[in-house]
Amino acid sequence: MHRESRSSPSELQLLLLRFLLVQHRWAVVGGWRDEIRRRASQRGLTAEQRLEAGGPRRRRLEAGDQRGRAATPGAGQAHHGGAESRTAGCRQTGKAHTEATKQQEVKLPTDSPQNQSTWRHPRRGNNAALPSPALMAPPSPPPATTLFKHLVLLFLLAAAAGASAAAPEEEFTEELLLRPLPDRKALAHFYFRSSTPPAASIGRHHHLFPKAISQLVKKYHISELELSFTQGRWNYEQWGGFDPMSTSNAKPPGVELWAVFDLPLSEIDATWKNLTHTLSGLFCASINFLESSTSFSAPRWGFKSNEGNLRYGALPREAVCTENLTPWLKLLPCRDKAGIASLLYRPSIYKGYYYSQKLKLRSSQSLGIILDQTLTVVLQPNTINGKQLHSSHGQLQPSWSMRHLFNRKLSGKCLVSKSSRVFIEVDKGIVDKINRSGSDLSWNNEFFVLSNGPDRLIKDLINLEVQSSSIYEYDVSNYSEEKPFDVGITWKLPLIWSCTPSPFHVSRFLMGSGNERGSIALSFISTNLHKKIFGSPNDCSIKAFIFQIVPWYVKVYYHSLEIFIDGNRKTVSDVVDKIHVTPSEDKLLPGTLEMLLRFPCSMQSATLTLDFDKGFLLIDEYPPDANQGFDIPSALISFPEFNSARNFPETDPLLGSPLLENFQVVVKSYTEVLLVPLTTPDFSMPYNVITFTCTILALYFGSLLNALRRRIGEEERELKKTVVIVKKRSLLASICYRKFVDELF
Amino acid sequence: MESSVKQETQPKPRLIVRLGVFLASHHILFSVICCSAGIIVLLLLPSLAKNTYLSENALIPGSATPLFSTEDAIEANRFMKGIEAADGDSIGGIDMAKFIAQQIEELGAEVCYHKFLPHSKHFHPLKFFTTMSNDMAIEPNGTDTNFGINTVGIIRAPRGDGKEAVVLVTPYNSQRVHSNELLSLALGFSVFSLLSRAAWLSKDIVWLSADSQFGEYAAVSAWLNQYHNPVFPSHSVIFDTKIHGADHIYDGNAEKAEFEAFKRAGTMAAALIFKVGETRRYGDRDSVTMYAEASNGQMPNLDLLNVVHYLAVHRQGFRVNIAAFSSLLSSAWLRVIAEFFHTLGTVLRKINPDWKLDIAVHDYVDGTANLASSIYNQAIGVPTGSHGAFRDYQVDAVSLEFTPTFNVRNENAKSLFLLRGGRLVEGVVRSVNNLLEKFHQSFFLYFLTAPSKFISVGVYMIPFALLLAPLPIVAAALADGSETMKKLAEKSIGDSKTNGSTDFLQSKGGSWKWLQAAKVLLVIQLWAVLVSLLPYYITQIPDATPIQSSVIWAMLSIVILIALYVMSGSPYSAGVEWKLLKATMITSISIGLGLMSIINFATAQLGALIMIPMCLFSRPLKARSGMNFLPRAVLLASNITLAVVGFPPAALLIMKGLSKGSWTVDIGEFWVWMEFLWEWSSATYLYLFLVHLPCWLLCIHVLLHPCSQLELKMKQE
Repeated sequence: MHRESRSSPSELQLLLLRFLLVQHRWAVVGGWRDEIRRRASQRGLTAEQRLEAGGPRRRRLEAGDQRGRAATPGAGQAHHGGAESRTAGCRQTGKAHTEATKQQEVKLPTDSPQNQSTWRHPRRGNNAALPSPALMAPPSPPPATTLFKHLVLLFLLAAAAGASAAAPEEEFTEELLLRPLPDRKALAHFYFRSSTPPAASIGRHHHLFPKAISQLVKKYHISELELSFTQGRWNYEQWGGFDPMSTSNAKPPGVELWAVFDLPLSEIDATWKNLTHTLSGLFCASINFLESSTSFSAPRWGFKSNEGNLRYGALPREAVCTENLTPWLKLLPCRDKAGIASLLYRPSIYKGYYYSQKLKLRSSQSLGIILDQTLTVVLQPNTINGKQLHSSHGQLQPSWSMRHLFNRKLSGKCLVSKSSRVFIEVDKGIVDKINRSGSDLSWNNEFFVLSNGPDRLIKDLINLEVQSSSIYEYDVSNYSEEKPFDVGITWKLPLIWSCTPSPFHVSRFLMGSGNERGSIALSFISTNLHKKIFGSPNDCSIKAFIFQIVPWYVKVYYHSLEIFIDGNRKTVSDVVDKIHVTPSEDKLLPGTLEMLLRFPCSMQSATLTLDFDKGFLLIDEYPPDANQGFDIPSALISFPEFNSARNFPETDPLLGSPLLENFQVVVKSYTEVLLVPLTTPDFSMPYNVITFTCTILALYFGSLLNALRRRIGEEERELKKTVVIVKKRSLLASICYRKFVDELF
Repeated sequence: MESSVKQETQPKPRLIVRLGVFLASHHILFSVICCSAGIIVLLLLPSLAKNTYLSENALIPGSATPLFSTEDAIEANRFMKGIEAADGDSIGGIDMAKFIAQQIEELGAEVCYHKFLPHSKHFHPLKFFTTMSNDMAIEPNGTDTNFGINTVGIIRAPRGDGKEAVVLVTPYNSQRVHSNELLSLALGFSVFSLLSRAAWLSKDIVWLSADSQFGEYAAVSAWLNQYHNPVFPSHSVIFDTKIHGADHIYDGNAEKAEFEAFKRAGTMAAALIFKVGETRRYGDRDSVTMYAEASNGQMPNLDLLNVVHYLAVHRQGFRVNIAAFSSLLSSAWLRVIAEFFHTLGTVLRKINPDWKLDIAVHDYVDGTANLASSIYNQAIGVPTGSHGAFRDYQVDAVSLEFTPTFNVRNENAKSLFLLRGGRLVEGVVRSVNNLLEKFHQSFFLYFLTAPSKFISVGVYMIPFALLLAPLPIVAAALADGSETMKKLAEKSIGDSKTNGSTDFLQSKGGSWKWLQAAKVLLVIQLWAVLVSLLPYYITQIPDATPIQSSVIWAMLSIVILIALYVMSGSPYSAGVEWKLLKATMITSISIGLGLMSIINFATAQLGALIMIPMCLFSRPLKARSGMNFLPRAVLLASNITLAVVGFPPAALLIMKGLSKGSWTVDIGEFWVWMEFLWEWSSATYLYLFLVHLPCWLLCIHVLLHPCSQLELKMKQE
């Protein structure tokens, strides 16, 4: 009941709904009564018996109804063909909305009950246990017409009520940011935001917002969630480590998932497990491996400060491919059929050097749900002659355009999107060079020229004086099928620049060899960024958070933490401000290390080492490819004093670009994934092992028993007594043997 | 009457005991059969070799069309011209490293320098097997500019996760560059440049151009040590500031300072070392020689060799060789054995067509030469190249030495060679890149009789097992024999004494008699341990020539032996019977050989060939026996020869004489040889001093045994 009141649109609707339900139930029960009576009369039962027969049945029916109204999660289980029906539903939505007017009124497809059911069941996921709408409750055989009429009435009323109540509307925006990178590559960052106002104003029905997500949020009481699929590594040295783009979109290889729940602490672990299964079904990935308590952890402050309601898990080995992209695209109202997402031509984007697709959810009572879907790719643009640059060609940047990058042109926006824009960002390095050369920072300057004149030029300022980068904005809504949009950059002069690095280059590596023990080392190499930003005070210090999860079979000795700064060993208390360790428990818990370090500004390099022992696994705990080794997920290093924020002085509220406004993050970087070779049994030789072991055991026990039990003296005495008997016995035995031989041959 | 009852009641011993007793009573026949069978099987090994095959399906060598094109060969030529120019105006080879680094950087790959000092090896008995210790931090003198620079280029796989890496190594001597070294650098660079553009990589590629002015192994092992066991406390900083040469490189260029930071890729999956050897003018085809033996007889996974062999032979048309004892190829007696086995094989084939033992004479001779070299290289326990450094970190590695047959001036032939060499390396990298798991499918324990033929552990264990089998039986027979003899003697002495007193005597001196022999054994083992540790102190003597060192070593050993005898009593004074002594000796060597076969099988195999006959033959020179003169003389002669051959310095001398034909006695040579063994921390050194030497000394003791007093007493009676 509690959930229903939360999710139901308004008191009025609620009342109406209850009234209708009660009516409907009576109708249903009435129908059943008729049926029972008919059957009973066929069998020749008396009226009393008939009544008795109807009684319990009715009660059961009522109970079922109740359960249905309480939005049972179990209902979702039945829909294994959910993907199909959801696709249909999605298509339906898309069509409905492309036809819809700008006021975005709701048009309900009320032609047939089948259609209605697809409309109401855009639900999917293999074992996704999602709340079913209350109205679907009675799985009764057809008293159809009356029920259907009621439903139609209800829908119309509800829609009217919703429309009258809703001031905020669901919104969808799509954006694309392109950026040339110093190492002759290009970065493309797709950003889609769908948002829905708080549930109370709109009910359970969505025009643009993916229903699967809203159901997920409601069922698991998620207040924040981020899921990323990444292939390849972000090159922090070449592609930047300080700007908002790299700090928020560089993700560790594989899958990373974290979620903050709005639930009592005791329920969170169970909810997390369900959530992983749901997401696993939604995104066709083995996220459900994060279900086991050995693979996720609950960081307190090292990752993101929270009250213990955050869970974090990573699967470094998860392979990412189109099967993960397709469900992700299905969450968009136009999928990849129109708008910016239509640029996502699979062969081009998967050919790149880095691919990261991310889904970020924020939900609260006041905000509603905001779903940010981003996709970041780093591509190697084809040059004009179609050949990749050879080393002898020098450092000339390749000129490229969107068509070069994606093999696609952009033919207009997704019609339901509120705004649809493409940005081209030019790095600080280039801007500085242009400013130094004294020329104007227009789209056609002495270093490069853009193929189209931008609609607007946005300047990003640091300290209100220094410009950091400039962004050229294009509005896609001005283009159409006949006049497709294609923007590119052509270089006039060879240009070498570098991106702003993060304060420290962080790398992590394994030390030692062999299957017994080793060490994890984290090395920090200063890039002297703080001098550029804060000037050069020498007595300052830089804070750094380290968050690291280690699987249980890598048994880290946390006391063995050693810190070397510029080659000198430091005591731990000198450098570590705060430390929180959750030691690992065999087969139960991974080890978690959260640390707040304080480095002196003058430091050039620092190294942290931690020793570990390699554990042994049971034979059935090894994965199928055990000889590959085992992964230690990436560590996260964040620098809380460095915020990569963008300041746009001329920002007007009309700008309203989620892609640009969102950039207010702490600088952080992920380290490499490590591969630890563990002792692996030879799985192909169980037979040998069994025979050897059995032989040795037999020999050992035989001789041990002989030594313990045998008494020669007694045996002799016994022998004296039993010589005769033995003779008889041996005779018997020989007869038996002979018989046996006879039977054999 | 009483005795008959006793016999009746005596229970029949169990089958295994009876079998043991039977074998012990025929121990001479048994040991002769076993030993000769062992030697015959050893000789048969070349015909028992099987063809290699790829176990790991993921490797799929040669399934992709090689991308290495003539353009890459042109690139290699360009690089070669550049580096020749850089070498021309070079100061101590620094410009070459600079040139390589600059070229790598232009490819868009990461690059760093690794500077290292020559690694002087010392004898550390306590850290014998763990020489990967961090003794790199030798304090460099302020004026010492003599250091090597490895240039390391790293390609990050475009879509890979960076957990694993494949290492390519091209050694070159930065001080005196040969044209063939330039060629191998050019080959390495062109492959690296191709791989830097490859989209299919899933593992990172590390190219190490190793500065081999202090030896290839030193350069590679220094880099691997820094990669796996870096030392943080101030090592790198002091290192950099103290070495003056560091200034040459950077010319104060701050941008290049990042080359200083040591860069790493992930866990190494495999390593391929390739270099171009001297060009030959003759020969029909370019050839590749594979070297695989690492320290203590460790071999890389056979699959790695198979991939190289398959690609080289079936794709690029190289001739593949492995190291061989060329002297065996022309030896007449080997040819006779080959003929014999061939006829035997054909006869057997007629009996059963499934027995495929008839190997062609030529193949047999080749196979034996290769096998002998394979066993020898494993037995010495010293790596045959820089791939040994990788094996110390459990990385499978193989060295390839190209021997092209063209004139250096012939540009066309050179390009063609580069093309084929590059395709071979590319193919191997591609195969390793395909691997999902580390190498584990194929064999690790094997001998090679040809590049594509191998003998697995299951087969080569048979001769060793046959050689070892008689030892426990003979030991048991000897111990038993001495006891029965004593009993007889006692009976003859004390016929009139009561039963009880003989029992007492027996319990006192009889069944515990072997303790005396064991004591002698222990004393000699202790002596052997001390002798093996002596070099640690001798190396501390400054400016000692090898001859002085070895003389000191020999003197000290003798002094220690005498001192030990003085302390614990002479072995003969306690009245140890020679049979018991021999029995204990045989027991101890069977344990020693068994242990050694686990550490380094080849050493144990070769050791067994010398030691087991020596032990089995040994009997006191003075011992009387009922034999005729001729057999006795033969026995004596063989005893003495085996004792001489069994002495390690003598064995070394004989080996040298056989291989080189020079029979000059150089005492220092033995010291040099031992130094060589412990520098490489070869377990063969331990074997020689802890198993072989004590056994030899015990043999000498047995030979010089003054024969038992009991026997004399018997005579007197």
